[in-house]
Amino acid sequence: MRVEEFSERSLRLSGWEVHLTTYRLGTIWHCKADNVSPGAALARTSGASREEAEARAIERAEHMLARTKRHVV
Amino acid sequence: MSEYAHPEVLVSTDWVAEHAADARVRLVEVDVDTNAYDEGHIPGAVAWDWQSELCDPVRRDIVSRDAFERLMSQSGIGNDTTIVIYGDNNNWFAAWAFWQMKIYGHRDVRLMNGGRQKWLREGRDLTLDVSPVEPCPYRAAEPDFSTRAWLADVLKASASGSAALIDVRSPAEFTGEILAPPGLPETCQRGGHIPGARVVPWETAANEDGTFRSADELRAVYGSQGVDGSRPAIAYCRIGERSSHTWFALKYLLGYQDVRNYDGSWTEWGNLVGAPVERGLATAGARS
Repeated sequence: MRVEEFSERSLRLSGWEVHLTTYRLGTIWHCKADNVSPGAALARTSGASREEAEARAIERAEHMLARTKRHVV
Repeated sequence: MSEYAHPEVLVSTDWVAEHAADARVRLVEVDVDTNAYDEGHIPGAVAWDWQSELCDPVRRDIVSRDAFERLMSQSGIGNDTTIVIYGDNNNWFAAWAFWQMKIYGHRDVRLMNGGRQKWLREGRDLTLDVSPVEPCPYRAAEPDFSTRAWLADVLKASASGSAALIDVRSPAEFTGEILAPPGLPETCQRGGHIPGARVVPWETAANEDGTFRSADELRAVYGSQGVDGSRPAIAYCRIGERSSHTWFALKYLLGYQDVRNYDGSWTEWGNLVGAPVERGLATAGARS
Protein backbone atom coordinates (compact mmCIF):
# COMPACT_ATOMS: atom_id res chain seq x y z
CA MET A 1 0.00 0.00 0.00
CA ARG A 2 1.15 3.48 -0.77
CA VAL A 3 1.12 6.36 1.65
CA GLU A 4 -1.53 8.74 0.32
CA GLU A 5 -2.88 12.20 1.10
CA PHE A 6 0.11 12.97 3.31
CA SER A 7 -0.06 16.33 5.03
CA GLU A 8 1.72 18.23 7.78
CA ARG A 9 0.67 21.29 9.73
CA SER A 10 1.48 23.15 12.92
CA LEU A 11 -0.81 24.44 15.63
CA ARG A 12 -0.57 25.63 19.23
CA LEU A 13 -1.97 23.53 22.04
CA SER A 14 -1.78 24.49 25.71
CA GLY A 15 0.83 27.09 24.85
CA TRP A 16 3.12 24.73 22.94
CA GLU A 17 3.70 24.39 19.24
CA VAL A 18 2.58 21.01 17.92
CA HIS A 19 3.28 19.40 14.56
CA LEU A 20 0.62 17.12 13.06
CA THR A 21 1.45 14.53 10.41
CA THR A 22 -1.52 12.83 8.76
CA TYR A 23 -1.78 10.28 5.97
CA ARG A 24 -3.98 7.51 4.64
CA LEU A 25 -2.94 3.92 4.25
CA GLY A 26 -5.66 1.93 2.49
CA THR A 27 -8.89 2.90 4.24
CA ILE A 28 -7.30 3.92 7.52
CA TRP A 29 -6.14 7.41 8.37
CA HIS A 30 -3.16 7.82 10.70
CA CYS A 31 -2.11 10.91 12.61
CA LYS A 32 0.93 11.67 14.73
CA ALA A 33 1.35 14.71 16.95
CA ASP A 34 4.80 15.76 18.07
CA ASN A 35 5.97 18.66 20.17
CA VAL A 36 8.18 20.35 17.52
CA SER A 37 10.95 21.25 19.96
CA PRO A 38 12.41 18.84 20.72
CA GLY A 39 10.24 16.78 18.37
CA ALA A 40 9.10 13.95 20.62
CA ALA A 41 5.94 12.04 19.73
CA LEU A 42 2.95 12.94 21.86
CA ALA A 43 0.19 10.92 20.24
CA ARG A 44 -0.28 8.44 17.45
CA THR A 45 -3.88 7.81 16.45
CA SER A 46 -5.96 6.39 13.62
CA GLY A 47 -9.51 6.77 12.36
CA ALA A 48 -11.87 6.35 9.46
CA SER A 49 -11.32 9.91 8.28
CA ARG A 50 -8.65 12.60 8.46
CA GLU A 51 -10.82 14.60 10.84
CA GLU A 52 -11.33 11.67 13.19
CA ALA A 53 -7.65 10.71 13.35
CA GLU A 54 -6.53 14.32 13.86
CA ALA A 55 -9.19 15.06 16.49
CA ARG A 56 -8.01 12.09 18.54
CA ALA A 57 -4.37 13.11 18.25
CA ILE A 58 -5.13 16.70 19.19
CA GLU A 59 -7.18 15.66 22.21
CA ARG A 60 -4.46 13.33 23.47
CA ALA A 61 -1.65 15.79 22.81
CA GLU A 62 -3.53 18.60 24.55
CA HIS A 63 -4.09 16.41 27.58
CA MET A 64 -0.37 15.56 27.80
CA LEU A 65 0.85 19.08 27.19
CA ALA A 66 -1.44 20.54 29.83
CA ARG A 67 0.56 18.63 32.45
CA THR A 68 3.85 20.30 31.51
CA LYS A 69 5.11 22.61 34.25
CA ARG A 70 7.18 25.68 33.47
CA HIS A 71 9.68 26.50 36.16
CA VAL A 72 11.01 29.95 36.91
CA VAL A 73 14.65 30.15 35.90
CA MET B 1 31.28 21.58 -0.79
CA SER B 2 33.13 18.91 1.18
CA GLU B 3 32.02 15.29 1.50
CA TYR B 4 31.00 13.58 4.69
CA ALA B 5 33.93 11.79 6.33
CA HIS B 6 32.11 8.45 6.11
CA PRO B 7 29.40 8.81 3.44
CA GLU B 8 28.91 5.04 3.38
CA VAL B 9 26.98 5.10 6.68
CA LEU B 10 24.11 7.10 5.23
CA VAL B 11 21.73 5.87 2.52
CA SER B 12 18.89 7.67 0.79
CA THR B 13 15.27 6.58 0.60
CA ASP B 14 15.87 5.88 -3.09
CA TRP B 15 18.71 3.52 -2.18
CA VAL B 16 16.47 1.70 0.29
CA ALA B 17 13.68 1.37 -2.27
CA GLU B 18 16.16 -0.22 -4.67
CA HIS B 19 17.83 -2.55 -2.14
CA ALA B 20 15.04 -3.49 0.27
CA ALA B 21 14.70 -6.94 -1.27
CA ASP B 22 18.44 -7.59 -1.40
CA ALA B 23 19.19 -10.71 0.66
CA ARG B 24 22.40 -9.13 1.98
CA VAL B 25 20.51 -6.13 3.34
CA ARG B 26 18.34 -6.12 6.45
CA LEU B 27 16.08 -3.15 7.12
CA VAL B 28 15.33 -2.41 10.76
CA GLU B 29 12.79 0.09 12.08
CA VAL B 30 13.51 1.52 15.53
CA ASP B 31 10.98 4.07 16.77
CA VAL B 32 10.49 6.20 19.83
CA ASP B 33 6.88 5.09 19.66
CA THR B 34 7.03 1.37 19.09
CA ASN B 35 3.48 1.29 17.70
CA ALA B 36 4.61 3.06 14.54
CA TYR B 37 5.87 -0.14 12.93
CA ASP B 38 2.50 -1.84 13.38
CA GLU B 39 0.76 0.99 11.53
CA GLY B 40 2.80 0.19 8.45
CA HIS B 41 6.50 -0.25 7.70
CA ILE B 42 8.86 -0.57 4.77
CA PRO B 43 8.35 -3.99 3.17
CA GLY B 44 10.85 -6.48 4.54
CA ALA B 45 11.77 -4.44 7.62
CA VAL B 46 11.92 -5.96 11.07
CA ALA B 47 11.29 -3.92 14.23
CA TRP B 48 13.35 -3.50 17.36
CA ASP B 49 11.78 -2.17 20.52
CA TRP B 50 14.28 0.17 22.15
CA GLN B 51 12.68 -0.27 25.57
CA SER B 52 12.81 -4.05 25.68
CA GLU B 53 15.37 -5.10 23.07
CA LEU B 54 18.01 -2.37 23.09
CA CYS B 55 18.21 -1.98 26.86
CA ASP B 56 19.02 -4.25 29.74
CA PRO B 57 15.61 -5.27 31.14
CA VAL B 58 16.65 -4.96 34.79
CA ARG B 59 19.40 -2.41 35.42
CA ARG B 60 19.76 0.83 33.48
CA ASP B 61 22.20 -0.11 30.74
CA ILE B 62 22.48 -0.89 27.07
CA VAL B 63 21.67 -4.38 25.84
CA SER B 64 24.10 -7.09 26.97
CA ARG B 65 26.37 -8.84 24.50
CA ASP B 66 24.42 -12.11 24.80
CA ALA B 67 21.08 -10.40 24.26
CA PHE B 68 22.53 -8.41 21.38
CA GLU B 69 23.70 -11.62 19.68
CA ARG B 70 20.24 -13.16 20.13
CA LEU B 71 18.56 -10.08 18.70
CA MET B 72 20.80 -10.12 15.64
CA SER B 73 20.30 -13.82 15.12
CA GLN B 74 16.51 -13.60 15.46
CA SER B 75 16.51 -10.68 13.03
CA GLY B 76 18.23 -12.78 10.38
CA ILE B 77 21.39 -10.72 10.65
CA GLY B 78 24.80 -12.28 10.15
CA ASN B 79 28.13 -10.60 10.74
CA ASP B 80 28.36 -9.70 7.04
CA THR B 81 24.83 -8.34 6.70
CA THR B 82 24.36 -4.73 5.66
CA ILE B 83 21.98 -3.25 8.20
CA VAL B 84 19.96 -0.15 7.35
CA ILE B 85 18.20 1.39 10.34
CA TYR B 86 15.44 3.97 10.16
CA GLY B 87 12.86 5.31 12.55
CA ASP B 88 10.56 8.10 13.58
CA ASN B 89 11.56 11.39 15.19
CA ASN B 90 14.39 11.97 12.71
CA ASN B 91 16.06 8.66 13.50
CA TRP B 92 16.63 9.35 17.22
CA PHE B 93 16.42 5.73 18.29
CA ALA B 94 17.73 4.53 14.96
CA ALA B 95 20.91 6.44 15.82
CA TRP B 96 20.81 4.96 19.32
CA ALA B 97 20.68 1.48 17.74
CA PHE B 98 23.50 2.42 15.36
CA TRP B 99 25.61 3.51 18.35
CA GLN B 100 25.09 0.16 20.07
CA MET B 101 25.83 -1.77 16.88
CA LYS B 102 29.20 -0.02 16.71
CA ILE B 103 29.86 -0.80 20.39
CA TYR B 104 29.39 -4.47 19.52
CA GLY B 105 31.50 -4.19 16.39
CA HIS B 106 29.05 -4.61 13.52
CA ARG B 107 30.95 -3.56 10.42
CA ASP B 108 28.31 -2.43 7.94
CA VAL B 109 25.48 -0.49 9.53
CA ARG B 110 23.84 2.56 7.98
CA LEU B 111 21.06 5.04 8.63
CA MET B 112 18.33 5.87 6.13
CA ASN B 113 18.69 9.64 5.76
CA GLY B 114 15.50 11.42 6.82
CA GLY B 115 14.03 8.42 8.58
CA ARG B 116 10.45 7.21 8.55
CA GLN B 117 8.98 10.69 8.05
CA LYS B 118 10.81 11.20 4.76
CA TRP B 119 9.61 7.82 3.50
CA LEU B 120 6.02 8.78 4.35
CA ARG B 121 6.38 12.25 2.87
CA GLU B 122 7.50 10.74 -0.42
CA GLY B 123 4.36 8.59 -0.61
CA ARG B 124 6.25 5.32 -0.72
CA ASP B 125 5.05 1.79 -0.03
CA LEU B 126 4.27 0.52 3.43
CA THR B 127 3.05 -2.89 4.47
CA LEU B 128 1.37 -4.41 7.49
CA ASP B 129 2.91 -7.81 6.73
CA VAL B 130 5.71 -9.09 8.89
CA SER B 131 8.13 -11.03 6.72
CA PRO B 132 9.32 -14.38 8.08
CA VAL B 133 12.93 -14.28 9.23
CA GLU B 134 15.36 -17.17 9.11
CA PRO B 135 17.58 -16.96 12.22
CA CYS B 136 21.30 -17.13 11.55
CA PRO B 137 24.47 -17.30 13.63
CA TYR B 138 25.87 -14.03 14.93
CA ARG B 139 28.97 -13.35 16.97
CA ALA B 140 29.35 -9.92 18.57
CA ALA B 141 32.72 -8.40 19.37
CA GLU B 142 33.78 -7.53 22.89
CA PRO B 143 32.09 -4.20 23.61
CA ASP B 144 34.13 -1.17 22.61
CA PHE B 145 33.17 1.58 25.01
CA SER B 146 35.42 4.21 23.50
CA THR B 147 32.29 5.92 22.17
CA ARG B 148 30.49 5.88 25.50
CA ALA B 149 30.90 8.50 28.22
CA TRP B 150 30.35 7.47 31.81
CA LEU B 151 29.48 9.70 34.73
CA ALA B 152 33.12 9.90 35.85
CA ASP B 153 34.14 11.12 32.38
CA VAL B 154 31.52 13.82 32.43
CA LEU B 155 32.34 14.96 35.96
CA LYS B 156 35.94 15.34 34.85
CA ALA B 157 35.00 17.15 31.65
CA SER B 158 32.77 19.55 33.53
CA ALA B 159 35.36 20.31 36.18
CA SER B 160 38.45 20.53 34.00
CA GLY B 161 37.26 21.18 30.46
CA SER B 162 38.96 17.99 29.28
CA ALA B 163 36.18 17.52 26.71
CA ALA B 164 33.61 19.79 25.10
CA LEU B 165 30.18 19.09 26.57
CA ILE B 166 27.30 19.40 24.12
CA ASP B 167 23.77 19.54 25.48
CA VAL B 168 21.51 18.65 22.54
CA ARG B 169 18.16 19.14 24.32
CA SER B 170 15.88 22.07 23.62
CA PRO B 171 16.85 25.48 25.06
CA ALA B 172 13.94 25.26 27.53
CA GLU B 173 15.31 22.01 28.92
CA PHE B 174 18.83 23.43 28.99
CA THR B 175 17.83 26.46 31.01
CA GLY B 176 15.75 24.43 33.45
CA GLU B 177 12.43 26.01 32.44
CA ILE B 178 11.08 22.51 31.81
CA LEU B 179 12.35 19.19 33.14
CA ALA B 180 11.36 17.07 30.14
CA PRO B 181 10.17 17.64 26.58
CA PRO B 182 6.69 19.21 26.62
CA GLY B 183 4.05 16.58 27.34
CA LEU B 184 6.44 13.91 28.54
CA PRO B 185 6.91 12.80 32.15
CA GLU B 186 9.49 14.60 34.26
CA THR B 187 12.25 12.10 34.88
CA CYS B 188 14.63 14.21 36.94
CA GLN B 189 14.64 16.02 40.25
CA ARG B 190 16.42 19.13 39.04
CA GLY B 191 16.37 21.16 35.84
CA GLY B 192 19.25 22.89 34.12
CA HIS B 193 22.44 21.67 32.54
CA ILE B 194 25.91 20.37 33.29
CA PRO B 195 28.25 23.25 34.07
CA GLY B 196 30.42 24.01 31.09
CA ALA B 197 28.01 22.57 28.54
CA ARG B 198 26.98 24.44 25.40
CA VAL B 199 23.45 24.05 24.06
CA VAL B 200 23.37 22.82 20.46
CA PRO B 201 19.90 21.26 19.97
CA TRP B 202 19.95 18.00 18.03
CA GLU B 203 17.84 19.47 15.21
CA THR B 204 20.67 21.84 14.42
CA ALA B 205 22.12 18.89 12.51
CA ALA B 206 18.98 18.39 10.39
CA ASN B 207 17.42 19.98 7.34
CA GLU B 208 13.69 20.73 7.15
CA ASP B 209 13.07 17.31 5.59
CA GLY B 210 14.89 15.51 8.38
CA THR B 211 18.01 14.68 6.39
CA PHE B 212 21.40 15.64 7.77
CA ARG B 213 22.81 19.02 6.85
CA SER B 214 25.89 19.18 4.65
CA ALA B 215 29.35 18.59 6.08
CA ASP B 216 30.21 22.27 5.67
CA GLU B 217 27.07 23.36 7.52
CA LEU B 218 27.64 20.86 10.33
CA ARG B 219 31.25 21.93 10.67
CA ALA B 220 30.19 25.58 10.95
CA VAL B 221 27.43 24.90 13.48
CA TYR B 222 29.51 22.82 15.86
CA GLY B 223 32.70 24.77 15.27
CA SER B 224 30.98 27.94 16.45
CA GLN B 225 30.41 26.18 19.77
CA GLY B 226 34.00 25.06 20.19
CA VAL B 227 33.46 21.56 18.79
CA ASP B 228 35.86 21.23 15.89
CA GLY B 229 37.50 17.84 16.37
CA SER B 230 40.63 19.28 17.97
CA ARG B 231 39.69 17.92 21.38
CA PRO B 232 37.31 15.27 22.76
CA ALA B 233 33.58 15.92 22.77
CA ILE B 234 30.74 14.42 24.78
CA ALA B 235 27.09 14.75 23.73
CA TYR B 236 24.18 14.30 26.10
CA CYS B 237 20.42 14.84 26.21
CA ARG B 238 17.80 13.35 28.55
CA ILE B 239 18.18 9.59 28.02
CA GLY B 240 20.82 9.33 25.32
CA GLU B 241 18.87 8.95 22.09
CA ARG B 242 18.88 12.54 20.81
CA SER B 243 22.57 12.70 21.69
CA SER B 244 23.13 9.55 19.59
CA HIS B 245 21.90 11.59 16.61
CA THR B 246 24.47 14.32 17.32
CA TRP B 247 27.16 11.73 18.09
CA PHE B 248 26.51 10.18 14.66
CA ALA B 249 26.86 13.55 12.94
CA LEU B 250 30.12 14.39 14.69
CA LYS B 251 31.70 10.95 14.58
CA TYR B 252 30.66 9.71 11.15
CA LEU B 253 29.64 12.70 9.08
CA LEU B 254 32.41 15.02 10.27
CA GLY B 255 34.83 12.25 11.20
CA TYR B 256 35.86 13.66 14.58
CA GLN B 257 37.86 10.97 16.35
CA ASP B 258 37.02 11.27 20.02
CA VAL B 259 33.28 11.78 20.32
CA ARG B 260 31.31 10.01 23.00
CA ASN B 261 27.65 9.64 23.84
CA TYR B 262 26.75 10.12 27.50
CA ASP B 263 23.70 7.85 27.63
CA GLY B 264 23.25 8.46 31.35
CA SER B 265 22.41 11.99 30.25
CA TRP B 266 20.20 14.34 32.22
CA THR B 267 18.17 11.55 33.84
CA GLU B 268 21.39 10.53 35.57
CA TRP B 269 22.93 13.94 36.20
CA GLY B 270 19.67 15.67 37.18
CA ASN B 271 18.96 13.04 39.82
CA LEU B 272 22.47 12.82 41.22
CA VAL B 273 22.83 14.01 44.81
CA GLY B 274 25.37 16.78 44.99
CA ALA B 275 26.01 17.13 41.25
CA PRO B 276 26.70 20.72 40.18
CA VAL B 277 23.93 22.21 38.06
CA GLU B 278 23.81 25.41 36.07
CA ARG B 279 20.52 27.06 35.19
CA GLY B 280 19.62 29.66 32.60
CA LEU B 281 21.52 30.38 29.43
CA ALA B 282 24.64 31.65 31.23
CA THR B 283 27.78 30.29 29.65
CA ALA B 284 30.23 31.75 32.14
CA GLY B 285 31.36 28.24 32.95
CA ALA B 286 31.57 27.12 29.35
CA ARG B 287 35.00 26.12 28.25
CA SER B 288 36.07 26.09 24.64
